[in-house]
Amino acid sequence: MSHRNYSEKIKEISGVNPYKCMKCGKCSATCPSYNEMDIKPHQFVSYVLNEDIEALADSKSLWKCLSCFACVERCPRDVKPGKLIDAARQIVVRERGGDYLSADEIPELLDEELPQQLLVSAFRRYKR
Amino acid sequence: MKYSYYPGCTLKNKAKDLDRYARTCAEVLGFELEEIENWQCCGGVYPLGNDEIATKLSSVRVLNDAKEKGQELVTVCSACYHVVKRVNDDMKHVDDIRTRANNYMNLSEPYSGETNVLHYLEVLRDKIGFDKLKEKVTNPLTGKKIGAYYGCLLLRPGKVMAFDNPENPKIMEDFIRALGAEPVVYPYRNECCGGYISLKEKEMAKSMCDTITESAKGFGADMLITACPLCMYNLNKAQKETLPVYYFTELLAEALGVKEEAEKK
Repeated sequence: MSHRNYSEKIKEISGVNPYKCMKCGKCSATCPSYNEMDIKPHQFVSYVLNEDIEALADSKSLWKCLSCFACVERCPRDVKPGKLIDAARQIVVRERGGDYLSADEIPELLDEELPQQLLVSAFRRYKR
Repeated sequence: MKYSYYPGCTLKNKAKDLDRYARTCAEVLGFELEEIENWQCCGGVYPLGNDEIATKLSSVRVLNDAKEKGQELVTVCSACYHVVKRVNDDMKHVDDIRTRANNYMNLSEPYSGETNVLHYLEVLRDKIGFDKLKEKVTNPLTGKKIGAYYGCLLLRPGKVMAFDNPENPKIMEDFIRALGAEPVVYPYRNECCGGYISLKEKEMAKSMCDTITESAKGFGADMLITACPLCMYNLNKAQKETLPVYYFTELLAEALGVKEEAEKK
């Protein structure tokens, strides 16, 4: 798939119109994972517009987003940056085999208190 | 009053306490939680993609089951509430998702978001009433300074969850007051605990939870309450400032004087 098509696919999966973004940066200011992200939430929007798909696909930000919806809640233009990040992540796990978690890793990550909810959430978020 | 009840995966395992206190307290407060048969796990995270249908179906099944019984659907876990309520909103408002999900389900009558989804705290606020709850308290938690930890799942996105004001909620503080304790309002109560990040990036989750517990402690809280097993797990891993974390149902059972009875179940 071409970069243009991937960019369109991200818009389609997310339902987000990145042209609405006015670059106020509120999403990045409110993001609890900001310090851990190489591409910040407000920059994601520009990467999609510029069809810079390789950088998005390689970005560790895909795996740092917590789906906490702080950016979605506080965006004054209803751009929903979190949905955009999720759509880019989905392209990676669906079409590029880029799972971030495998079942083989699980045993050493477990401890006595770890809730089932954590495993199902991580698998849904990290793996096709 | 009888409600359909969706406990979810964790309440059958690591968060049994959250479930059993909820059930016992429901009896005391005069409502019944009828567990849905053969429910499936909600998946823990709402599937955000507009083209994701299969991952939304477990929620549609429980929603439809409640609809067929003519009951409202109650959850206790924040994640179940979040996922099921958002899927319900899709079934009500998004034509494409509704059509495709119903094609999968092949129900006798299509499901279109008819079921009302309630969190247990909403039952206390909107159905029982915090005033009535207060009257039922036999063992008021006088003198306890409790920080409500909302996290993200109950509140956001505010328009869909419609649980409380997403930026300045008060339902848990009102709940704490009804139990006779003192709520402590602190700034990080609706900040994310890190959620699923704690599986692979434990240090990142710890640092986020340190910020939350430091904030709560700084404002004078002796303990935190939560409705979410994952929030509890993550908050218990905080290192700099530690605070005891309880499920809100445990304190409810204590205040209603049925804690020991619930623990025998």
